[in-house]
Amino acid sequence: MELLIKNGAVVDPVNGNKGDKTDISIKDGKIVNKVSSKATVLDAGGRLVMAGGVDAHSHIAGAKVNVGRMMRPEDSRSGISPRTKITRPCTGYTVPNVYAMGYRYAQMGYTTVFEAAQAIMKARHTHEELEEIPIIDKGALTLFGSNWPTMDFVREKDMDKLAAYVAWGLLASRGFGVKCVNPGGGEMWGFGKNVTGLDDVVPSFDVTPREIIVSLMKVNEMLKLPHSVHLHCNNLGNPGNYKTTLASMELADQVKASKNRQVMHVTHLLFNSWGGTNWGDFESKSDEIANFLNNHDNVTGDMGQMIFGSATTMTADGPKQYANAKLLHAKWSNGDVECEDASGVVPIYYVKQISVHAIMWAIGLELALLTKDPYKMLLTTDHPNGGPFVNYSEVIALLMSNKKRQEEIKTVHEAVHAKNKLPGLDRELDFSEIAIMTRAGTAKVLGLLDTKGHLGVGADADISIYDIKPDQIDPSVEHAKIKSAFSSAAYTIKGGNIVVKDGQITATPLGRTYWVDAKVPQQHHDEMMKDIVKKFKNYYSIQLANYMVQDEYVTHPQVIKAGSVPVEVN
Amino acid sequence: MTVITDALCPFCGCLCDDLTIVVENNKITDIKNACKLGSAKIMGHHRIEAPMMRADKKSEFKEVSYEEAINEAAAILFKSKRPLLYGWASALCEVHKKGILLAEEVGAIIDNTATVCHAPSTLAVHEKGLPTATLGQIKNRSDVTVFWGSNPVHAHPRHMGRYSVFAKGFFQEKGRKGRKVIVVDVRKTETAAMADEFIQVQQGSDYLVISALRAILSGHADVVPESVGGVPKEQLAKLVDTLKAAKFGAVFFGMGLTQSISRYKNIDNAISLITELNAYTKYVITPMRGHYNVTGFGQVCSWETGFATAVDFARGAPYYNPGETAANDVLMRKETDAAMIIAGDAGAHFPADSVRQLARIPVIQIDPYWNPTTEVSNVVIPVAICGVEVAGTAYRMDGVSLQMRKMVEPTLPTDVEVLERITQRVRKLRGE
Repeated sequence: MELLIKNGAVVDPVNGNKGDKTDISIKDGKIVNKVSSKATVLDAGGRLVMAGGVDAHSHIAGAKVNVGRMMRPEDSRSGISPRTKITRPCTGYTVPNVYAMGYRYAQMGYTTVFEAAQAIMKARHTHEELEEIPIIDKGALTLFGSNWPTMDFVREKDMDKLAAYVAWGLLASRGFGVKCVNPGGGEMWGFGKNVTGLDDVVPSFDVTPREIIVSLMKVNEMLKLPHSVHLHCNNLGNPGNYKTTLASMELADQVKASKNRQVMHVTHLLFNSWGGTNWGDFESKSDEIANFLNNHDNVTGDMGQMIFGSATTMTADGPKQYANAKLLHAKWSNGDVECEDASGVVPIYYVKQISVHAIMWAIGLELALLTKDPYKMLLTTDHPNGGPFVNYSEVIALLMSNKKRQEEIKTVHEAVHAKNKLPGLDRELDFSEIAIMTRAGTAKVLGLLDTKGHLGVGADADISIYDIKPDQIDPSVEHAKIKSAFSSAAYTIKGGNIVVKDGQITATPLGRTYWVDAKVPQQHHDEMMKDIVKKFKNYYSIQLANYMVQDEYVTHPQVIKAGSVPVEVN
Repeated sequence: MTVITDALCPFCGCLCDDLTIVVENNKITDIKNACKLGSAKIMGHHRIEAPMMRADKKSEFKEVSYEEAINEAAAILFKSKRPLLYGWASALCEVHKKGILLAEEVGAIIDNTATVCHAPSTLAVHEKGLPTATLGQIKNRSDVTVFWGSNPVHAHPRHMGRYSVFAKGFFQEKGRKGRKVIVVDVRKTETAAMADEFIQVQQGSDYLVISALRAILSGHADVVPESVGGVPKEQLAKLVDTLKAAKFGAVFFGMGLTQSISRYKNIDNAISLITELNAYTKYVITPMRGHYNVTGFGQVCSWETGFATAVDFARGAPYYNPGETAANDVLMRKETDAAMIIAGDAGAHFPADSVRQLARIPVIQIDPYWNPTTEVSNVVIPVAICGVEVAGTAYRMDGVSLQMRKMVEPTLPTDVEVLERITQRVRKLRGE
């Protein structure tokens, strides 16, 4: 099938296109040089054309997302729509059902989304949900930061075995990359405790968060994985945590990247850029974090922007979630996973007139505005922790318009004037910078820039067209139009198929699931498995033979080969 | 002869995955590691051999073809204004997905066996959340294990051995010797007989006892009377000390708590107790789910519809309001005018008023086994046994999903095939 998009104002930073009228030719799901005269022609009419959106961090599938649905029927009751001839019924706002998850991303012009955390033992559940999320391509990052084998091999300083374990864990979970959440803290939470910094020793395993982070970065690069280590820092959500964040980011210097990308991605920095010592003197330290990123090229981050209103916090950071529940007097779910990690789910409502919430809101925006290179600060809301992903258009409008920010600032708690830099920041991002934060940058950080995040020949034909004419709009003034356009794409094209027209779903093809098959020397694998066999014999509650996610759970796989031994080229 | 190792047991929520099954000539001849309940289920009994139909419930069943039975089932659902699709607990997640799709297509209410079991726990989770853990976490760590209103010796025979009491773990090398076992129940069960401490509560007083424990824990022992629910205050105070002294405590609760007076409020209160205990030490709480995949239905229904159970598709969009939309609500109000009962036995477990309504309306049964629901059915469609003759996904009581193996080849169609054919037929009747 051939498709020709004519008269688009194409914003494609990777290929140096800043809004020029360029035709895009599509054949068999890929962008090509030219198509035949038989191609279907889609006239973009001078409207904004970008690559399909790519989200590197969003909680869209798996055990904790479903816990969120089960404990929050009040959330499922919002956003209900009945089935149509094309679509299944939709429910939910912060924790949508699987169908709404796919439709709503596609309606925003997003075509690729990565689930931010899965425990290996619960990965089968993650894939059961991913399989039912329509349209988008997807994948899931796998938790390694408190796994017993990880900590054993870190203590033994055996990077060969650790690399073999990570490779095997990615296969077992059909995972895409290495997620590390509050390293060591997941194990500590097993007995209701936590680590307080990079150098606390995890008892019984005799390792520190610092050692875990550095070791995982080392093996990530030994394995030449497409993505870097994806870190949720220790001390997340505690006033004064920016020091832990900076100290964690400094660890990146100890490891050399195996690819043209960062060696550490620090996620949802909004929750890690906090000054002060308590909720009274709580303040923004986003400038310190941005300053670090501006002076280092081996670390990237994402915003985790907060959206006022309802959110559902969900994370493998179990101790933080118990603290949140106590602080908020909110309902609390906890989900420890044996030998691997912790997790928790707590609803929250972000209120403009609560000083801490207002300061947090401003921190997220500051991170994006103070970080000079948009390739280093991706747009996320850490869905649904900072807020649901359907609000990305609000974030885009805020970043493109100082006028909108100043109008908003008038409506939030006055603390932002004393505790934040935001009121004095007049930077306004342009369409190219937005395209980087939502497409090119995310694809680069994930290591998928060959096929995702741009519109050059060979890229996947994942394209969004928005009802904006870039040469006829002043985003600074007409921010309402910007928000409206980015919330509902005029067209979304996924793999060459039109899946959204005028904000409505027109087709629901199934997307692919990315996972990484990393090879290690057989001897390292065999040695590592001896330890794993013991773990299953003694400590797991299931059989090793029933642990690994079977092929049936990933029906449309997109396997990326990696590894520390030469990779076979097909 | 084929030997299948690491096979999963399709009986209870323990979902034991270490069975060895010996198969000769497509017949299971030996089962190792399973408990008596599991073995009995796997060996099979009282199979329905062929599809059957009858015009009225007083006449005898007549054997029919699958096509006839499926067409009749589709016609009943198509004609119905308020169909109920109930059961699901003894079927695989793949079956649940087809069932939810069918419910959407015919505008049905879909509900599962939890409605007479752990649905009150779900209501409590709406109020308080669920602080829990996988069973291996408990095996490795718990030094205090509490069974409240549950009797694993009878209902979950391998639970104590594999996960909660006798199992040895990383921080619990001594197994049983390293754990204090407490049983709270209205009678001295066989589980209670094995416990270190048995707290006997008067029937219907669980809520009071939990409230007393919370009061003592929060330093308000002064408001607790000398005896609560038949338990001396002194014993309650001692229990609080024991609970607090744990390094890791696990509470397992059963239908003694969910289906006695105060129902979901009991669980709500118990979860609050667990949350409060976490201020002192680590505690988790886990429902003792009955059927091997009743947990799975709640999972699938949640991710597909946003709600765990009792979902009404009459308006096209999911609507959830237990008390109004649960199976017994619509049966007792005589709203249901046709029912499909699949992989669950409403005839045996529903209140008499609900069963009377089932006796009045057309009922389709899809099940491998002859059971009391068969007696109120008009159309009976036998199927292969999930987890024995059909592979697929099930969720253990702690939410760990596993893939069940096929042990022998089925001789009858699967639930998935039957549901797909009914759905296709409904579409045809609608003129699509």
